[in-house]
Amino acid sequence: MPLLDIKNLSVEFTTRAGTFRAVDGIDLTVDEGEVVGIVGESGSGKSVTSLAVMGLLGSNGRVVADRMMFAGKDLLTMPAAQRRKITGKDVAMVFQEPMTSLNPCFTVGFQIMETLRVHEGLSGKALRNRAIALLEQVGIPAPETRLSAFPHQLSGGMSQRVMIAIAIACNPRLLVADEPTTALDVTIQKQILDLLVQLQRERGMALILITHDMGVVAETAQRVVVMYAGQVAETRPVHSLFERPRHPYTGALLDALPERALGKRRLPTIPGMVPGIADRPAGCLFSPRCRFADARCRAERPALFDVDDGRARCFYPLPDGYSAAGEAL
Amino acid sequence: MSIETEPHIFEAAAGNSVVLEARDLRKYYAVKRGAFKPMATVKALDGVSFRLQAGKTLAVVGESGCGKSTLARSATMIEPPTSGELLYDGRDVVGRSAAEMKELRRTVQMVFQNPYGSLNPRKTVGSILTEPLVINTAMDKHERRDRAVAMMGKVGLRPDQIDRYPHMFSGGQRQRIAIARALMLNPRVVVADEPVSALDVSIQAQVLNLMMDLQEELNLAYLFISHDLSVVRHIADSLMVMYLGKPVEHGAKDVVFTRPRHPYTRILLAATPRVNADLRVDRVVPKGELPSPLNPPPGCAFHKRCPFATDRCAVEVPPLRTVDERLVACHYAEEMN
Repeated sequence: MPLLDIKNLSVEFTTRAGTFRAVDGIDLTVDEGEVVGIVGESGSGKSVTSLAVMGLLGSNGRVVADRMMFAGKDLLTMPAAQRRKITGKDVAMVFQEPMTSLNPCFTVGFQIMETLRVHEGLSGKALRNRAIALLEQVGIPAPETRLSAFPHQLSGGMSQRVMIAIAIACNPRLLVADEPTTALDVTIQKQILDLLVQLQRERGMALILITHDMGVVAETAQRVVVMYAGQVAETRPVHSLFERPRHPYTGALLDALPERALGKRRLPTIPGMVPGIADRPAGCLFSPRCRFADARCRAERPALFDVDDGRARCFYPLPDGYSAAGEAL
Repeated sequence: MSIETEPHIFEAAAGNSVVLEARDLRKYYAVKRGAFKPMATVKALDGVSFRLQAGKTLAVVGESGCGKSTLARSATMIEPPTSGELLYDGRDVVGRSAAEMKELRRTVQMVFQNPYGSLNPRKTVGSILTEPLVINTAMDKHERRDRAVAMMGKVGLRPDQIDRYPHMFSGGQRQRIAIARALMLNPRVVVADEPVSALDVSIQAQVLNLMMDLQEELNLAYLFISHDLSVVRHIADSLMVMYLGKPVEHGAKDVVFTRPRHPYTRILLAATPRVNADLRVDRVVPKGELPSPLNPPPGCAFHKRCPFATDRCAVEVPPLRTVDERLVACHYAEEMN
C-alpha cells in the first residue's frame, strides 16, 4: 500500500472571474521512502497540489477527490483537529522562500521547539537538546548559540536549513519540499539538495520534491510527475523520462533547455502560453501548442495512457529518439 | 591589481571594436557597524577589468554578494566607481560633465531581473516605451508612438497591445517589454542583470532567442549577468567568474567551460544541476557559504571553502595571471586539470 494515495484530486478556486480549476483530476501515489519529483511551469498546479496534500489551502480553495489516503487514513473525511495532528508531524513541508517562511519575531530555537512541544509534548532540557541535535543534523555550525538567533541574522541557506530542521523535527514519514532551493545560489542549492537526500535516505522518509528545474529533478528524484495546466502530462521513472520522453510537452520542455542545445544557436521553444481561466481548449490542454496535434487532439481530451514504464496523457506518444537535440550530446 | 598589461589573448577576433572597457574598476561602500564602532568598508568591486566588443556577450557569473550587480551599476553609470577607469568607445567616462554623462548613459541600457517589478504598473506599454524618447529626444508624439510600435514588432509583441498595462502580460511578454524599453534609444551596450532567471524554461528559451536575434541584428554588446551556467554557456562569448568582488577566472567561454582552472569555477560547474547524466562532472561539493564582505578572509578570499587550499593560500593573495589561454587568480592554476 502506498504511503500517500491520491486519486482524481481537483482543486477549484472561486474568484470574481468565475471558478478556476487549478488542479484537474490528478492521481499521485508516493511509496514509503520514495523520492517523487513534480515538475511543471508556473501555473501548472504543482504548488496547489502540495498545499492540498498538506491541508493548507485557504477557504476559497475547494478540494475534491475520489480518494486521498495517507498511511491508510482518509484525509478527506478526517476531522480538522485530527488532520492538524498529522500536518507538521507525519507530513511536513519545506517552503520556497526561506527568508519569509520563518517568523521574524521569534528566535530560531523557539520556532523549532514550538513544533516539538506541540507534536511530541517535550519540554525543558529534553526539548532544548532535541532542538540542538536537529540543528546539528542539518549542518548548522555552533547550534547552541544559533538557538537564540533571529531569522534576519541568518543567510538564505542557513534559513532553509532551519526550515528543514523544523520540518524533520517530528520524524515525518513524508516530506513535501516546494521549490526548496529556487531562492538560493547554486553552491548552496547543491548543499541543501544533498542534505535533503541524505536525510531522506537515513530516515527512510518519502520525499515529494516540487520544482521547475529539470536538472534538480533529474539529479534527485526516482520518479517524476510532469504537470501541465493542472493535469499530469506524464509520469515515469526518472531515467527513462529524460532519455525517452513520451509526452510532446515533456519533450519540448527538455529541448528548450540550453544544456541540451550545445552547439545550436537558437533554442527550440514552445509557442504560445499555458491556457488560463478563459481559454482552456476543448481537447487536449496542450494541443494549441503541440506541433503534433491533429483534429482528434483538438476535439477530445486524452486520458492518461500506459506507456512503457509509466503513463502519458497523449494519443500519440513520442517514439524513441524523438529528442534529437538531447542525443547529439 | 591591474591587468592592463596582460594580453587579452582570448579576444582574438579583433574585427569588432571594443565598446566598453573597464580598467581596474573598484567600488567601495562605507557601512555603519554600530554607534560606537568605526565605519567599515565593503569592497563590492575590487579591481575588475574587461573589454566588451560590439556584437559580443560577456557573461559575469558568481554567487549573490560577489559584486555582479555592483558591476552592472558601475557599467551603466548609475553609480560612479571609487577608482579605476571606465572607457566607452575609448573615452573615459569618469569625471565628465552632467550633460556629457546624460549623452553617454543613452548608449548603455539595462534589463532587470524581475519583469514584475521593473515595469511601472500604472503606465501602459506605450508610455513605458516612449518615456526614454520623451526624456532624451525632441521627437513629437506621433514619431514616438511610431518608434514604440516598430520596437514592439521587433521584440515579438503585437502593435495592438500598445495601450495595455503590464499586468495584462505574462512574465515572458513583460521581459520583452523591458528589452524593448532598453532598446528605444539605440544603445550599443545592454547590461542584462539575470534577465531570464525569473522565467519558466520554455519562456526563457524564447527570451534568450530574442536577445540573440537582436544582438545579431543591431550588433549589440551584452554584459550578461547570471548565476545559471547552462544559460551562460549558451549565450556568452566570454566569461568572467567573480568571487567577493574580484574576478577569479576570465576567458573565452569554451576555454573556461571545458578546462576550468580555478577551483571555484569547477565547483560552480559541478553544482549546476544537469538533466543529462553524462554531463555531470566531478562532485566537488562546495564547503560553507560566502564569507562576509565586511570581513573577507586573508590571502585568497576563497581559501576557506576551497578543497585544494594550502597554507600559502591563507596568507598570499593570488594575482590574476595568464594560464592556459585565460586569466585566473589561483596559486595552483597550472595543477588544476
